[in-house]
Amino acid sequence: MAQPSAPPAPATVPRPTHLLAARRKAALFTLALLALVLASFGSLDLQWAQFLSLDAARRMGRFLGEFFPPDLSPGFLGKVAVATWETLAMSALGTLLAAVAGLLIALPASHLHGDGRAWLRTPTRLVLNALRSIPEVVWAALLLISAGLGPFAGTLALALHTTGVLGRLFAEALENVPPGPAQALRAQGVAPNRVFLYALLPQALPQLLSYTLYRWENNIRAATVLGIVGAGGLGQQLAFHMGLFHMHKTATVLAAMLLLVALVDGCSFAARRWLTR
Amino acid sequence: MPLKHVPPPARDPAWRGHLGGALALLVLLWPLGVATEFRPWTLFEPQSLQVSGRFLGSFWPLALDGEFLALVARETWRTVAMATAGVALALVIAIPLTLLSTRVLSLSALSGRMAAGPYALRQAVRWLMVVLRSIPELVWALVFVRVVGLGPTAGVLAIALTYGGMLGKVYGEILESGDAHATEALLRNGAGRLQGFAHGLLPTSAAELTSYTVYRWECAVRSSVVLGFVGAGGLGQQLDSAMKMFNGGEVASMLLVFMALVALADRTSAWLRKALG
Repeated sequence: MAQPSAPPAPATVPRPTHLLAARRKAALFTLALLALVLASFGSLDLQWAQFLSLDAARRMGRFLGEFFPPDLSPGFLGKVAVATWETLAMSALGTLLAAVAGLLIALPASHLHGDGRAWLRTPTRLVLNALRSIPEVVWAALLLISAGLGPFAGTLALALHTTGVLGRLFAEALENVPPGPAQALRAQGVAPNRVFLYALLPQALPQLLSYTLYRWENNIRAATVLGIVGAGGLGQQLAFHMGLFHMHKTATVLAAMLLLVALVDGCSFAARRWLTR
Repeated sequence: MPLKHVPPPARDPAWRGHLGGALALLVLLWPLGVATEFRPWTLFEPQSLQVSGRFLGSFWPLALDGEFLALVARETWRTVAMATAGVALALVIAIPLTLLSTRVLSLSALSGRMAAGPYALRQAVRWLMVVLRSIPELVWALVFVRVVGLGPTAGVLAIALTYGGMLGKVYGEILESGDAHATEALLRNGAGRLQGFAHGLLPTSAAELTSYTVYRWECAVRSSVVLGFVGAGGLGQQLDSAMKMFNGGEVASMLLVFMALVALADRTSAWLRKALG
């Protein structure tokens, strides 16, 4: 005789543990974030009262009013044009130096042979990280001591920071090159420098160029403000005229900065669209 | 048939082209060098060498006395706090601007073309964001230091404005690149725009939005150091004054702290973005 089958156990819905864990994580994250924000606002002696007062609004209005009209005399416009050219030249030369230096450092910083030890990889990567983690403006301020005021310090500062950035990107690009051609040359007994010149470099070149162009775009933007610490270009003019309360001239320089940045943005947008068409 | 051994060419078969290209590049570089006053040999003149040597020599020993370290710790926190408060305010600016400018949330665009009024409003908001973000934070800080005086208020405001524009623009791009079907369905069925945003757009792109915000916070930490150089307080200001007094030990200690801070922000941000998926 067949046993009556036991009634099915009541279906328990398993606790959605992963969902609960995710929710707990999100709550913790939000709490930590709130604590950080509150602590930040609490510990800074922000002068909102002073900033949001009627008096401050009036001062701000007067300050902005002094900008008008911008100084558009041909003599001054010529000076601004020279400074703009200086800014562009700083960014271009700095980027080029950085591309060369970055490539030179990227070689020891990348693991190129399947069986090689590449024992220089870690120390050179440390150097690249150090170069990269100090911003251009700080480099410029440091270099003013040896290179003096002017665009030379700015160029070197851009070059140093960008070397750190490009060196790392280049090392990764070289490591990601398909190894076939290089191995074929090595098997023929070709010397390492020629393997680099005729196998690795041609393969990686488009990637290296695109990284360099991208950094150049960034560096034009960086070069406009570098001068504020005295390293040449439009920034130096801005700091100079603002320091002497030449507000009309300051307005012109600011306009030139905005125009330059907008132009670079526009060109890069157009170039990207053209390339990805 | 045995393969005939062809000896490899002794020199680069394309050497003429390469040499010509290199020469043309040098000719093009000449004006850049002139504009940037690029004279590397001035770095090695005895007088300049002496100054740089003395400055670099004074880097060691590092300044490690208790009082100085306490000051550095306090200023480091102020730097982080300035960045955090700045990004928090930037969110306050960016979120409304994003909501105003997102095309997906337009009711009139549901039935073909967007109406003229809303289109003009969205375009105006976009231009506002472009202006906000194309003025570098260093320039904003320079302006605000004039209005609110030296101190972190200027730095926080500068970060808030530039990053507000940046975040708003990228948020808009993220929201519009996502899948709009859910939102559209909600809007077509009579949901409000805020409801459409909260239940349609936000859930699909929340992770991406948070991850970008964390990345920008990391950038803000870096730039809040730089803002110190124009008098917005924090590590940058101490670094600036130590450099001006040629106090190498303090400069070296603070540079190390700064690198550690950047590395920490980098790690935190990478870890958070990974945890967010």
